[in-house]
Amino acid sequence: MAELTEVTLDELRHLVSDRAIEGESVLLNMGPQHPSTHGVLRLLLELDGEQVINCIPDIGFLHTGIEKNMEAKTYIKAAVMTDRLDYLNTIGNNLVYCLAIEKLVDLDVPPRAQAIRVILTELQRIASHLVWLGTHALDLAAMSVFLYCFREREMILDILEMVGGQRMMTTYFRPGGLWRDVPVEFEDAVRQFLRIFPARIDEYEALLTKNPLFLERTRKIGVLTPQDALRWGVTGPTLRASGIAHDLRKFQPYSGYEQYKFDIPTQTDGDTYARYLVRMEEMRQSLRIVGQALDGLPFGAVISNNRKYVPPPRAELGTSMEALIHHFKLWTEGFLPPEGAVYVAVESPRGELGVYLESDGGAKPYRVYWRTPSFVNLQILPLLSKGHLVADLVALIGTIDIVLGDVDR
Amino acid sequence: MDNTLQAACDAIVERFSAEQSASRQQITLKLQPQNIVSACRTLRDEFDFEVLAGETAVDYWPQMAPRFHVIYLLLSLKQHARLTLRVPVEGSNPSLPSIEGVYPNANWHEREIWDMFGINFEGHPDMRRILMPNDWEGHPLRKDYPLGYEEVQYSFNFDEIDVRKPYAKG
Repeated sequence: MAELTEVTLDELRHLVSDRAIEGESVLLNMGPQHPSTHGVLRLLLELDGEQVINCIPDIGFLHTGIEKNMEAKTYIKAAVMTDRLDYLNTIGNNLVYCLAIEKLVDLDVPPRAQAIRVILTELQRIASHLVWLGTHALDLAAMSVFLYCFREREMILDILEMVGGQRMMTTYFRPGGLWRDVPVEFEDAVRQFLRIFPARIDEYEALLTKNPLFLERTRKIGVLTPQDALRWGVTGPTLRASGIAHDLRKFQPYSGYEQYKFDIPTQTDGDTYARYLVRMEEMRQSLRIVGQALDGLPFGAVISNNRKYVPPPRAELGTSMEALIHHFKLWTEGFLPPEGAVYVAVESPRGELGVYLESDGGAKPYRVYWRTPSFVNLQILPLLSKGHLVADLVALIGTIDIVLGDVDR
Repeated sequence: MDNTLQAACDAIVERFSAEQSASRQQITLKLQPQNIVSACRTLRDEFDFEVLAGETAVDYWPQMAPRFHVIYLLLSLKQHARLTLRVPVEGSNPSLPSIEGVYPNANWHEREIWDMFGINFEGHPDMRRILMPNDWEGHPLRKDYPLGYEEVQYSFNFDEIDVRKPYAKG
């Protein structure tokens, strides 16, 4: 066993200015148990009075070794771990993992399953944005917005519970389609949400969009230029608020997104307020997509009937020998995809969520790499926070919209 | 594959003697470690691959040598194209040039690869562990790093059990 060592200032010498060594500026530890860090993010701050000179993020407090764990499970069983990455976008994590497997083994997904996937992914996007909006406003001392946002988020979680039996960790998407069809109440519940929600977005906007205190705290705070955004590989609403209309749902469509009409909201200011406006408009666009997908929801199967990769329905087991064999093989050994590697990316609420999946022909993934948007987007925090006040740093953590489960994996 | 992407691949193959392969509509270029920085710079400046989407590594121990491949996932917003670069690196404690100067966001990706695989990046400004604690021993995503279920070693049988343990010795 090695002795417990501590990080000394010498090791961080290259990250702070000379003034810190001379004692002219203050080094301050913020987090990991600080409510405004949205989880367990630790920041080492070098301060001159209240002004941030340097900000050094320290991550890994929520590292759970998901990539390593997935290597030890069969493809179907590893799907359960994907929910635990970004716990505000569980459905989206399931989706990208299923898409990667489907690309790896060349599996078709029935149209009904694709449409339901789109509906749930967009509802999840709204739920994630609601948590972002609530906590972001709370960080800026607007308490009531948080309560309203969580009220509407609960409606979406109820829909997820209805289809998957769980509020958050549903693992409802399976390679080849869905676990089961949606219940009959599903359509009414979604329509009810579509009816209620547009007025609710107006309510949130009434609380914030023209609120002078909110404007004061967000305008010209943390300006990100389009050049910097590209250099740092930033994606999602943060990139779109800097004026670059990049959305994977439009440019590399998956799950039938090409059938739906929606706009990519953009802003050009690149500040915290612009990112707020982009996300608010994204919720409206998501509603449009959900409405279209629900209106055109086709009937039919919700999971592929390729028995080499998809377990047969329970009812067949009693009557079909073949089904019993497939059931047994798939749940004990798992399926064996051909050798090769795929990279699949989707547009998560936070940006490009990608999975790089490599198969060696065995029943377990040889390597799963998660390209998570929070990890990449968090890197710009030192850049954004330079020269701002500590109170604005809190707004900046909120505006990048990180989920620490997504950062640390 | 469209023409601009084809041109980019041809240029890299020609200038840096890369090997091109394609599977499932994805193009991969295999490069030597000494060429990676200039290849990335060429792709960024001449062929619009302005974003480094991700960077990771794969460990092929024990069935393949060289054991580690570093993988770069590039994205072009202008062409809506993706390109994968793959760089095999020699040895159990390998080292290759950092591309942090070309794509600044490689900073954390390379720290993560160091943390998880023990691959060192030359010229990286801040080569520290990122996810694991500072005093952690070993690199968890290596294939010879056990996922639990380890035989317990006491002082009297340490060497005896160590012989049986599946990890890359030396």
